Amino acid sequence: MTNAEIREEVLEILSDIAPDEDLSNLADETPFREQLELDSMDFLDIVMELRKRHRIQIPEEEYKELASMASTVAYLEPRMRELVRK
Amino acid sequence: MSPELNLSDEERIAIADRLGQILGHVIHERSEDKRLKDKQPDDQRIVITGVGLTAPNGNNLAEYRAALLAGKSGVTKYEIRYVGETLAGVCTFDALRYQSKKDLRRGTRAGSIGIYCANEAIRDAGLDWTAANKARVGIYLGVTEHGNVETENEIYLLKGYDYDTSYWSHHHNPRTVANNPAGEVALNAGITGPHYTIGAACAAGNAGLIQGAQMLRLGDCDLALAGGVSESIHTFGIFASFKSQGALAAHADPAKASRPFDKERNGIVVAEGGCVFVLQRLSDARARGAKIYGELAGYAINTDATDFVLPNPDRQAECVELALARAGLRPDEIDIVSTHATGTGQGDVQECAALRRVFAASPKTYFNNTKSFIGHAMGAAGALELAGNLPAFDDGVCHATINVDELDPECALTTLVTREPRHIGRVDTILNNSFGMLGINSVVIIKRV
Repeated sequence: MTNAEIREEVLEILSDIAPDEDLSNLADETPFREQLELDSMDFLDIVMELRKRHRIQIPEEEYKELASMASTVAYLEPRMRELVRK
Repeated sequence: MSPELNLSDEERIAIADRLGQILGHVIHERSEDKRLKDKQPDDQRIVITGVGLTAPNGNNLAEYRAALLAGKSGVTKYEIRYVGETLAGVCTFDALRYQSKKDLRRGTRAGSIGIYCANEAIRDAGLDWTAANKARVGIYLGVTEHGNVETENEIYLLKGYDYDTSYWSHHHNPRTVANNPAGEVALNAGITGPHYTIGAACAAGNAGLIQGAQMLRLGDCDLALAGGVSESIHTFGIFASFKSQGALAAHADPAKASRPFDKERNGIVVAEGGCVFVLQRLSDARARGAKIYGELAGYAINTDATDFVLPNPDRQAECVELALARAGLRPDEIDIVSTHATGTGQGDVQECAALRRVFAASPKTYFNNTKSFIGHAMGAAGALELAGNLPAFDDGVCHATINVDELDPECALTTLVTREPRHIGRVDTILNNSFGMLGINSVVIIKRV
């Protein structure tokens, strides 16, 4: 997957987790929490969805990498590079 | 060591006299229950000032009552994993009226039903909710079971991951704790008083109402949101288990499947639903000029202690008699009895035996059954079945029991209202039966204020 495709994947997960939010103007460098109403259970949802959809296991100490779209894509890129977007 | 009192003989006699007066008062109160009941202080009398509900045939009391009077069933064809095609009472309330999409995703169906009903009840009661002291509101919701839906879903999903438990949802615990439905109501409405569910099998709707009344009397809260909820149609286990018991209803026409007292009845139609009452002390209700649906005049809960599943008519009759005694009413003073009957072979016969025993000399007591319309709404059944009868105080009509095409002689009650609703004149009292597995019986009596 390219970075753009990874971003699309994350966006899709976010739209499931936060279905009431408008994600069209999401700023990639700004932390999710400053733009969306997300709590710790929502972040665990992101981790769980990445695990379920792409079999990516994210250790707890690395959850902080999922703070913003930019950091999430950068973190996932080496782990999803070989995957093909369905 | 007890302290020395150093009382004079005169003082001892005075104390003994006083104790005698108190004891005499208690004995007098028990023997003259009815006369004194009416003199109970208003802050110990509990009244219903709001009703919020969703039933398979109506999403508020007016709709639901209209459906009950029109003979409109809420039972439809339904499919659930593993069991396949079956029948159920399915609710169609607008869940997004009081919740966001995210709330729905995070919570449970029982929580969502509770939230809808609680908000509708608050609205119906005409309460100024923003000004209400939320720390003095208690939530008491009856449930038959809770957590099965989520556990079944998780195991189903886990199978797709070869039972690797790292795929088990972090939402499972908050969704399956037994207080979940009441807790979701608290979160939604910002209520910081006590909240919990009452697990009481299919007697739970009445049990929630009783718990709310008791907490108001104890001063634990000033306003109670009390009743019952059921999400049971979303668990395949309940259908499969009733089927294994030979107690799951089947019929080519879904609307005719739930047929308590009929000769051709063949089991239970499982339904979802909920009903939450706003309960207040009579003094508080009057102070705010509230509309009063009726007063909880008496109630009782007892136990068969004889079988896991089979009911015991003797204990059921005792439960009804206890509620009557507490209300200070004779059986012939009850205008409508809302029966529990679920449409099983033996259960209906047993309840009728209990009712014949208590109401043998009550020619003007009429009997009906709500499950014939909506199926068995489990934890919500008691509260929903009571709610559908409350408008009888205004219109003097006893709604019917539908689907009694040929009355089972063993279920014959002279004044059972079948097929069509019946005008019975002024209604002052309604008695509501609700019984459940493990031999739990509950009865509430509501009277006109």
